[in-house]
Amino acid sequence: MTRQESEAASHRQPLVSLLDVNLSLGGIEILRNIKLDLFPGEFVCVIGPSGCGKTTLLRLIAGLFRAGDGRIIYRGKELTGPQHDISVVFQDYGKALLPWRTAAGNIALALEANGTPRADRPGIIAGLLEKTGLAAHSDKYPGQMSGGMQQRLQIARCLAQDPQLLLMDEPFGALDAMTRQGLQDELLAILASTGATAFFVTHDLEEAIYLGDRVIGLLPHPGRVAEVFDVPLPRPRHQLETREDPEFLRLRRELARFITLAEA
Amino acid sequence: MTDRALADVRPFVLPVALVTIAEIATRVSGMESYTLAPPSRIAAALFQAGSDGTLVSATLQTLASVITGFAIGAVVGVSLGLVLGLQRPLDLLSELPVEVVRAMPSIALLPVWMVIYGLGYKMEIAVIAFTTVWPNMVMTRAAVRGVTPRLLEVSRVLGLSYLQRIWKIVLPAALPGIFVALRLTLGFSLIIGITIEIIGNPQGLGSALMLAREGMDPGTMLALIVWIGLIGLALNAITATIQHRLFGHIAGYGARS
Repeated sequence: MTRQESEAASHRQPLVSLLDVNLSLGGIEILRNIKLDLFPGEFVCVIGPSGCGKTTLLRLIAGLFRAGDGRIIYRGKELTGPQHDISVVFQDYGKALLPWRTAAGNIALALEANGTPRADRPGIIAGLLEKTGLAAHSDKYPGQMSGGMQQRLQIARCLAQDPQLLLMDEPFGALDAMTRQGLQDELLAILASTGATAFFVTHDLEEAIYLGDRVIGLLPHPGRVAEVFDVPLPRPRHQLETREDPEFLRLRRELARFITLAEA
Repeated sequence: MTDRALADVRPFVLPVALVTIAEIATRVSGMESYTLAPPSRIAAALFQAGSDGTLVSATLQTLASVITGFAIGAVVGVSLGLVLGLQRPLDLLSELPVEVVRAMPSIALLPVWMVIYGLGYKMEIAVIAFTTVWPNMVMTRAAVRGVTPRLLEVSRVLGLSYLQRIWKIVLPAALPGIFVALRLTLGFSLIIGITIEIIGNPQGLGSALMLAREGMDPGTMLALIVWIGLIGLALNAITATIQHRLFGHIAGYGARS
């Protein structure tokens, strides 16, 4: 999406709106006055020093926490809990997958939860395994798969929810650089084909710029939105060309400045 | 001899040597004892008891009580453990009474059981069930508690219903831990069963053991002890095989508990 398009997007209805959301846990103020709109089809990345509430913010939007005050509006209604079309990719794929189910069985879990008719499941599962490059590994258990494959499997399970909104909490943080770049491109391709909105928490500044339409910078104590960076880089993105684009380098410098000041 | 063949033989070297030493020592010393017998006499007694049917019937009597008591203890204990593991308020309420009852050696309650059930199968089954309920319950509760919070979050995000969450997430995740409890309590059950038969149930292998002792027949007595040991070994081998079939082929599952 270009800058013109994302400006056009701002005139549409947001998919999610956070309206002055505050959250305290155990008497500690975690998030203060969060105002944030996510527009349909947008890819929003979140960066910030550790302890700035990135993950908490993601869990709020996932419906795993209730906001202390302020409201979260999802598709026109107040968000009160997890939604069938909001899915979460956790960083620790090893813990998020069921070790006693095969790759196909793990994807089936999402279909069992949303009541997909039994007869339709094998076709959907095969399609998702194909899409995530796991077609040959359908009968493998997570313990028999590499980290990259396990994370692909978790993404496949999330896609089985047919999500409008995909929340990702440092999903590639535990993977090596080569695997990470491969998965970044696969993720962008998948999102381009489904049109889902993405909310992506990361501590890797380049990853945030490479993937995002916008990068939200949070500051800690308490967590708050400090700066928003638009990313007017053309899509589809390319691991070499995009990363050498002068605009990419300019953004990387700005984000680095932001994070250095934040951590000072 | 190849290394492989040597490895196959190695576990048997020490037992065979000990049995041989025992045989030679008892023969050479010309020992006459009411409690000890040479291995050859033990083997002959085992064969005799096996062929005249007494061993088979005593074994069936013991196994019937042990397995019935174990099964009752397992069903009740695992069910209670699941409920307490899932329902925090109930768990807090039951914590003190459970700790008190659990700490009591079950054999100390024997007089009470004798009054209720008299001497016989019922009493043996009751004591085995009562003894095994608690470890099953406590270990099942711990296994349910030990289900990683991440998996419960996954089930919420995916929108699993409460029953689906228990059936598809909590139970399978807790199963390896529950299985450890079952293996442990099956071993307990045999110990308790034989003890009760020695003390108060005039049936089964424990009772046969006492008869042999009173009849001053150390050959038969030791043969029964060997036989009980073999039964324990067999029960353990069976459960180990089931455990391996269920969990052994899945990396990261079963090994956790």
